[in-house]
Amino acid sequence: MENAQTLAGQTFVNPSMDSRPTLLEVRDLKVEFNIRGGVIKAVDGLTFDIKRGQTVGIIGESGCGKSVTARAILRMIPKPGRITGGQILYYRYSRYPDRDGAKKDVEVIDLTTLDPDGELIRQIRGGEIAMIFQEPMSSLTPVYTAGTHLNEAITLHRLLPIKRLGDQMVEAITKYRRVTKEEARQIAIEMLRRVGIPKPEQRVDSYPHQLSGGQRQRVMIAIALSTEPYMLIADEPTTALDVSIEAQILDIMRELQQTANMAIMFITHNLGVIASMADEIVVMYMGKQVERAKVVDLFYHPKHPYTQALLQSVPRLGPKTGARLASIEGMVPDPLNLPTGCVFHPRCPAFMPGKCDKLIPSWNKVGENHWARCLLYEE
Amino acid sequence: MLNYLLRRIGYALIMIVLVSFTSFIIIELPPGDFLTQKVEQLRARGDRSAEQQVEMLRVRYGLDKPFLERYVNWAVNFLRGDFGESFEFERPVSEILGARLGYTIILALATTLITWLLAIPLGVISAVRQYSWVDQVISVISFIGLGMPGFLLALIILYFAIIVFNLEVTGLFSPEYQDAPWSVGKVLDLLNHLWLPALIAAITGIGGLVRIMRGNLLDTLGQPFVEAARARGLKNRTVTWKHAVRIAINPLITILGSEVFPSIVVGSSLVAIVLNLPTIGPVFVDSLRKLDMYLAGTCIVFFTIMLLVGNLVADLLLAWVDPRIRLE
Repeated sequence: MENAQTLAGQTFVNPSMDSRPTLLEVRDLKVEFNIRGGVIKAVDGLTFDIKRGQTVGIIGESGCGKSVTARAILRMIPKPGRITGGQILYYRYSRYPDRDGAKKDVEVIDLTTLDPDGELIRQIRGGEIAMIFQEPMSSLTPVYTAGTHLNEAITLHRLLPIKRLGDQMVEAITKYRRVTKEEARQIAIEMLRRVGIPKPEQRVDSYPHQLSGGQRQRVMIAIALSTEPYMLIADEPTTALDVSIEAQILDIMRELQQTANMAIMFITHNLGVIASMADEIVVMYMGKQVERAKVVDLFYHPKHPYTQALLQSVPRLGPKTGARLASIEGMVPDPLNLPTGCVFHPRCPAFMPGKCDKLIPSWNKVGENHWARCLLYEE
Repeated sequence: MLNYLLRRIGYALIMIVLVSFTSFIIIELPPGDFLTQKVEQLRARGDRSAEQQVEMLRVRYGLDKPFLERYVNWAVNFLRGDFGESFEFERPVSEILGARLGYTIILALATTLITWLLAIPLGVISAVRQYSWVDQVISVISFIGLGMPGFLLALIILYFAIIVFNLEVTGLFSPEYQDAPWSVGKVLDLLNHLWLPALIAAITGIGGLVRIMRGNLLDTLGQPFVEAARARGLKNRTVTWKHAVRIAINPLITILGSEVFPSIVVGSSLVAIVLNLPTIGPVFVDSLRKLDMYLAGTCIVFFTIMLLVGNLVADLLLAWVDPRIRLE
């Protein structure tokens, strides 16, 4: 337990791996779904942070709480889910100076306390934290053109500076105004060009059914980035696409990230994709964070048995050995009836009887910038 | 597009011929014709010359000719604007239906308008607040509306209007305007009389439409593009109306053409009888009972035309609303 930081009178573990300023801090986040059969703990005690311009990967099997975490940040958890604990601290950098021209510093907002339909979260949602989704085929409303979608985001969130010449003939920006329809269209075309859509002047008027899957995901990225957000949440953005298209989309994201100094929270179950994208990785299993490390450490020195098993289940190129691909033993447990102790113990190759099924492991530091939730590493 | 329109109109014409021919056959099917009923009446009155009179009438109306010839004659005259003569009223069909046709269309349009104006918002509220008390109340009321026949509702309202509130609800005009020439006052008087019958006729349609709208919208609200729209920072109201309702409404437009409009034209006949409205409905029902073929046939052709026009309008509306089905 190091780097304990106090905010609002509470102490949390805030492991800092990166010297860049913090953008988002998720602290002990808990999300529950109250359904007829009981309570599903979709996210249970998640803690991580994202620096400005950093890419954090979140990996895990389907249903481990990755997507719910993303939606919790944007306060878009579907019914009957709700945040039952923890904080999501968003370090809001003022993009536009106030009316008097003074540039305000960072303001820390706990997103979990906001009204999910309120004005503030709607400014952040799409404008400062944008999101792209798994299903590019159906993420655009079928009856509106690409331009209409882009225009929505741009007119809602983009402001343009009103430039004035000051006393010393120096340009001083003191006021901002909303973009006009024509400007929004120009920005939209420019965004489509940047995500690599051919003939953007024409494509801007295309309906979704006239675009291919890859083009639709490019349009989604263009929409997300058109507002110049501080952070992009990418929820399995390439899962539904061909491998060649996947590579192109990932290239575009990397390239745009560098030019815009934008943070990315990359959610995937594809280990190959995450290895090429992320600086830091959070591994989740059944709503719990099991390991967190720099990408290199995680791939070369995985500590948690779940992470180790996950990495072994990736097929590798090489001479045929005839050996079967390693898979993780057992079944994903029923989320309504989680195992006692460590939730992974029934499937764990390093299961220690009498210990793993009784004790709940805590969050242990297992190396430099490396944490795991496993009893193997507890004194 | 023009090509498409012309083709649709061509199909519509063929359809009208088929429907009118079939309906002629069906009207012919019961034994006897209008005149056998007439003979019975005359005999009952003890009229000796009944047989001769009937023979005269039979020749006059062409009932002595074979079926096919009668149909062709009527159809050819129909194109010239001569719809034949009603046996019952002994007046040209065009004279009987003339004014009624206009009122029928006005009433049908008013009913459709009320149906949509009420059903869509109610369905949307019901879906957006699924399982809330508002949803429960709307659902119960729409099931009652769905289950209650329009004429029964008309009778109940008639009872309350006349006995309890002492209102005048029958007919489409006040007595002073009944035969008056058209004026602003007459139009206002018409509107004043129109809303209640239109509402009664609408209620049976509203129930079903609310349920369909609710179901469609619930499906649509679960679509990824709705979540994506929310993630753009749009207001809930914008997400619901601009993105979800816009998609969920498509099946309703199809229903508008193929079910709602025709069922209002035909189905409100019973309501029209109860409320004594000067529409085609009551005349049509009566003509079928009396085997008054030319009158019945003309009514059927008009209903068919309304249905086909309704369908065409719905299809054009759908193409306008949804780019995916626009014809290139």
